[in-house]
Amino acid sequence: MIAEAGHYALVLALGLALIQSFVPILGARWSDPALMNVARSTALAQFLFVAGSFAALVMLHVTSDFSVLNVYENSHSLKPLIYKITGVWGNHEGSMLLWVLILALFGGLVAALGNNLPLSLRAHVLAVQAWIAGAFYLFILTTSNPFLRIPNPPIEGRDLNPVLQDIGLAVHPPMLYLGYVGFSIAFSFAIAALIEGRIDAAWARWVRPWTLMAWIFLTLGIAMGSYWAYYELGWGGWWFWDPVENASLMPWLAGTALLHSALVMEKRNALKVWTILLSILTFSLSLLGTFLVRSGVLTSVHAFASDPTRGVFILLILCVFIGGSLSLFAGRASSLKQGGLFAPISREGALVLNNLFLTTACATVFIGTLYPLALEVLTGDKISVGAPFFNLTFAPLFVPVMIAVPFGPMLAWKRGDLLGAAQRLLAAGIAAMIAIAIAWAWARGGSALAPLAIGLAIFVVVGAIVDLIERIGLFRNPLAISLRRATGLPRSAWGTAFAHAGIGIALIGIVCETTWNSEYIGTMKPDEITKLAGYELKLDGLSQRQGPNYRELLAAFTVSLDGKKLSTMTPSKRSFTTRGTSTTEAALLTRGVSQLYISLGDTSADGGITVRIYHKPLVLLIWFGPVLMAFGGVLSLSDRRLRVGAPKPARAQGRLQAAE
Amino acid sequence: MRRSLAAACFLVALALSPTRAVLPDEVMSDPGREARARNLSRELRCMVCQNQSIDDSEAPLARDLRLLVRERIAAGDSDAQVIDFLVSRYGEFVLLKPRFERQTLLLWLVPPFLLVVGGMMLWVQARRRATMDAQAGNPPLSADEEARLAALTAGDRTADKP
Repeated sequence: MIAEAGHYALVLALGLALIQSFVPILGARWSDPALMNVARSTALAQFLFVAGSFAALVMLHVTSDFSVLNVYENSHSLKPLIYKITGVWGNHEGSMLLWVLILALFGGLVAALGNNLPLSLRAHVLAVQAWIAGAFYLFILTTSNPFLRIPNPPIEGRDLNPVLQDIGLAVHPPMLYLGYVGFSIAFSFAIAALIEGRIDAAWARWVRPWTLMAWIFLTLGIAMGSYWAYYELGWGGWWFWDPVENASLMPWLAGTALLHSALVMEKRNALKVWTILLSILTFSLSLLGTFLVRSGVLTSVHAFASDPTRGVFILLILCVFIGGSLSLFAGRASSLKQGGLFAPISREGALVLNNLFLTTACATVFIGTLYPLALEVLTGDKISVGAPFFNLTFAPLFVPVMIAVPFGPMLAWKRGDLLGAAQRLLAAGIAAMIAIAIAWAWARGGSALAPLAIGLAIFVVVGAIVDLIERIGLFRNPLAISLRRATGLPRSAWGTAFAHAGIGIALIGIVCETTWNSEYIGTMKPDEITKLAGYELKLDGLSQRQGPNYRELLAAFTVSLDGKKLSTMTPSKRSFTTRGTSTTEAALLTRGVSQLYISLGDTSADGGITVRIYHKPLVLLIWFGPVLMAFGGVLSLSDRRLRVGAPKPARAQGRLQAAE
Repeated sequence: MRRSLAAACFLVALALSPTRAVLPDEVMSDPGREARARNLSRELRCMVCQNQSIDDSEAPLARDLRLLVRERIAAGDSDAQVIDFLVSRYGEFVLLKPRFERQTLLLWLVPPFLLVVGGMMLWVQARRRATMDAQAGNPPLSADEEARLAALTAGDRTADKP
């Protein structure tokens, strides 16, 4: 009954989406406010129905109703409640339902909060949202229905993939989807602007907070996923250049460029073409990511060819939306009048350069991810494109971006003074030199690149601080005045500084982790002692434990530093009987922002166990950086000019009223 | 952006980063040779895994390949010879960084091409914009325009008065 209700709610949502797809557009054509306002009601109702459908699936999972195929395949009656809930999106069908839930949520938010939007713009935006939503409802209902029943219900389920039975699954996919799908708003606004043939700074003011929000979620989602991989996969790697990761990195790169372009459009009414194009590209890359992950094309081109229904359907969605939006762009972009002239050396110019490098970096990831697939389809030859390729091509693109980051906010709009900016960044440059010297001396020679990279990171961090100091006039004014100016500084300025500093912080973590980590790999027996990076680790003993749906082998280590006992670490290996698989649960000991990391291997016949112990200096900065970036985004989002709301574009309103 | 940095630093760290799936009994006695073996391992794909180098993978095949690499090094092969040997045996698929060949021309050339062409386009655009700016900014107002401006601002002034 619950399953059928959930199924039916989704069908109703599809019906509503179909209505919302064309009625508001007709309304805008005929300048009929009643028809245009239909979109508002349908968007809200759509959200209610999809939420109902999603709630039904959650209910089925929580009550372990194994007569539903999806629950049978991905759940187990003994699974802890939290994983019963998160297991809802730990599989293909459920995750697609989460995808459309978030899409409907954003559609509902535009409908609910968009009262100050021009009526026709809102109608168009919601119609485009309904096109996307309709396509995906149809996809779920025809190829990935989570509500299918099994004629003869089994008594026990097949359990969720053990790797996914982790708190990471509760946070990572929803965050990532909020990011991916959040960019659909920018996409819908871009298409609406192209349809209407009108775009102005007010448009950018509406788009920017939505883009920023999506970007914040995507940043946190990627960082969270990276940390999850780091502690779950058992060898401390945190970025693998895996196609699935690349699928999330591409929208992030394009989204970052979009964020900066929208800023220029809002403030200077320039970069209109960039902003529209990046809006389309960012969401297209989100769709591409969905295709790559959901179609099975990555596992093997042949698997995709043998069961193509899902893949072909998403591919069709992909082609229609990307092809359609890009043709619309090609046809209409020239009608977008370029406003806001600027000199090459200016803040706008710096942001154009930033766009160029970010989009090229994005294209590099794109081609590296898709080239092997394309080559295999076209010629049958199999090649691999992995980490060494991306490291070699991606890094050179990012060094100039990093160098340019502190300069951007220092340059004035319209016409900047590069020499002046360089003079003001002198302190940051000196700090970078000192950092390079210290890192060099500390590492006693060795690789020259690591100290240079540290210097670059310090340059970015100090550059962000210098920007703040310049703005509040610290050291030039009495402290009281500086403090007053600091509180009066727009929050977006603080946001910029935090976000930019975050990149530098992350870079420091990355350099230190990859360059100076130390490891011990060997077989240890109880009471044996291993020394690593000044720490003494003693294996106290091994023990077995029964978990709710697994058996666990625990190893207890006593960690001491300079003879003083610090802590106990208990890494474990879990065997899940239902699926016959096992996971390694690494033990982490955090010291400042560095970590000790222990993961277990196999036991040997003589009572020893293979252990991998790593000391990872400053490793937490890798994720602290993105968190700082996201925090900067939140600050920026709470900026006064976004809280207070956008002014109505007088001209646009006037035109609409004239038409009525 | 942090990823990119990641990349920057991966380059940096190639020579120094740790063993991963390598087991204690595989390690070569000569540290120089062992370092070479590991650098090579990082460039070679475990063919039964999804996107893992043989250095990262715990699969038995990856272990076999690691041992094979060490065998070849012990036999006195240079790095290039080891790579050639593995490619002759397992095909190009084993390389995580494809060679620069006819097949992979686009893969290697598209990123720099985009950067150069994009940069050139932006430069041309910036110049055009600058000339537009000059044209728009330099010519003084004609007498007619001056008069209209005066009329407009005068209108403003009167309108502003209470």
